[in-house]
Amino acid sequence: MNGVFTRIFAIFWKDMLTEIRTREFVFSVLIFAILELVIFSFAFSIRANMVDMAASGILWVALTFGGVIGFNRIFAVEKENARLEGLMLCPVDRFVIYWGKLAGSFTFMLAVSVVVTPIFLILFNLPIFLPRLALIIVVATIGFAAVGTLFSAVAINIRARDIMLSVLFLPIIVPVIVAAVKATAPVLAGKPWVDILTWLQIMIAFDIIYLVVATLVFEFVVEE
Amino acid sequence: MDNKRILRNNVLLGLGLVLMVAALYMVFVYVPTEKNMGVVQRIFYFHVPIAWVSLLAFFITFTFSILYLWKREMKWDSFACASAEIGIVFTTLVLITGPIWAKPVWGIWWTWDARLSTSLVLWLIYVAYLLVRSFATDPARGARYGAVIGIVGFIDVPLVFLTVNLWRTQHPATIIFEGGLTAPMLLTLVVCIAAFTALYMLLLIHSANLKIMDADVKHLKSMLQEE
Repeated sequence: MNGVFTRIFAIFWKDMLTEIRTREFVFSVLIFAILELVIFSFAFSIRANMVDMAASGILWVALTFGGVIGFNRIFAVEKENARLEGLMLCPVDRFVIYWGKLAGSFTFMLAVSVVVTPIFLILFNLPIFLPRLALIIVVATIGFAAVGTLFSAVAINIRARDIMLSVLFLPIIVPVIVAAVKATAPVLAGKPWVDILTWLQIMIAFDIIYLVVATLVFEFVVEE
Repeated sequence: MDNKRILRNNVLLGLGLVLMVAALYMVFVYVPTEKNMGVVQRIFYFHVPIAWVSLLAFFITFTFSILYLWKREMKWDSFACASAEIGIVFTTLVLITGPIWAKPVWGIWWTWDARLSTSLVLWLIYVAYLLVRSFATDPARGARYGAVIGIVGFIDVPLVFLTVNLWRTQHPATIIFEGGLTAPMLLTLVVCIAAFTALYMLLLIHSANLKIMDADVKHLKSMLQEE
C-alpha cells in the first residue's frame, strides 16, 4: 500500500517540477481565465444591481473554460517525446498513473483558482474573505480534474484533439457547473450554510462517483 | 446468418410492422382528442415512446460497452455502437417533437427543466461518443475509447437529471403537465411504446450485423492484400 502512494507522488512530483521550471500551464490558464472575466464583464455590462444574478455564473464559466484549456495540456505533454510510453513502461498499476496525473491537474487548477477568484471578487466589489467559497471551489475542482484528466488521456490519441476534449468534457460536468453556480450565489450574498448544503452534497457525490469510475476505466484508455 | 436467426428477424419484422400500423391507426383514428390541448396532443403518443426508447438505447450501449471491455469481442462493440447511433436519432426526434408540441400548448419552444435539459445533455454526450469513434486513429482504439465514453456518459445521466431537477424546484414551476390518461389513451400509448421498441430492436439487430459483416469484409480484404 505504501508503494502505491509513493508512486503516485513520484508522478505528481515530476509534473510539479516540470511546471515549476516551465510555468507553462498555470500562467497561460491564468491569463485566459482573467481575460474571460473581463470579456464577460463587457459582454454583460454588469452594473451594481445585476451582480447577484450574473457574478456566480461568470466566475464558474471562467474557471470551467480555463480548466478546459488546461486539461488539454495534462496528457499532451506526455505525448511529446514519447513520454507516455515511458510512463507505461513503469511497472505500476494503470490507475497509479491516473491518480498521479490527477493530483497534478488538481493542484494546477487550484493554483489558477486561487489567483482568479480574488481578482474576480475585487472586480465585482464582493467580500474577499469567503472560506465557504474556497470549499466550493476545492470540491468542484476535484470533479473537474477527475473528468478532465480521464478525457485528456482519451483526447490525445484521436484527431481534433483540442475540440474533442471540450466536446467530451463539458456535457459530463454539467452537474458540477449547475451545483457550483447555485452554491456560490448564496455565498457571495452572505446567506447561511443551509442554502448551499444540498449543492455541496451533489458535488461531493459527483466527485466520488467519477473518481471511482475513472480509476476503474483508465486502464482501458492507456493500454496499447 | 443461420436459419433460426433469419426466422427470428423476420418474425420481429412482421411483429413490428403490425404494431406500427396498429399504432398509426390508434393515434390518428381511434384515440379521442384530448380535451385541453386539442389535436396537437397526439404528438404525445410518439414523443413519449421515442424518449423511452432513446433511454433504453443508451442503457444498452452502456451494458454492451462494459461487455466489450470485459470480453473484447468485436460483436459487443458493434451492438454498442449501433445502439448509440439509434439512440442519437431517437433523441434528436425527441428534441424536435418536444418543441413542436410545446409551442402551441405551453407557448414556448423550450424550458430548462430537468427532463428537457437531461435530453439535451444526453444528446451532446452521445454525439461526443460518435465523434470519438470517428476521430480515433484505428478501429480497435475507437472501439475501446467508445466503450469508455459509453460507460462514463451514461453514469452522468441520473446526475444531470437530479441536479437540474433540484435547480428547477427552487423556481416556481411555470409548466405543469397534468396527466390523467383514460383507458383508450393508455392503450394507445402502450401500443406505441411496443411499436417503437420493436422498431428499435429491428434497427439494432440489422445495424449491428451490418457492422459485424463490414468488419469481416475488411479483415478478409486485408488478409488478401497480404498475399
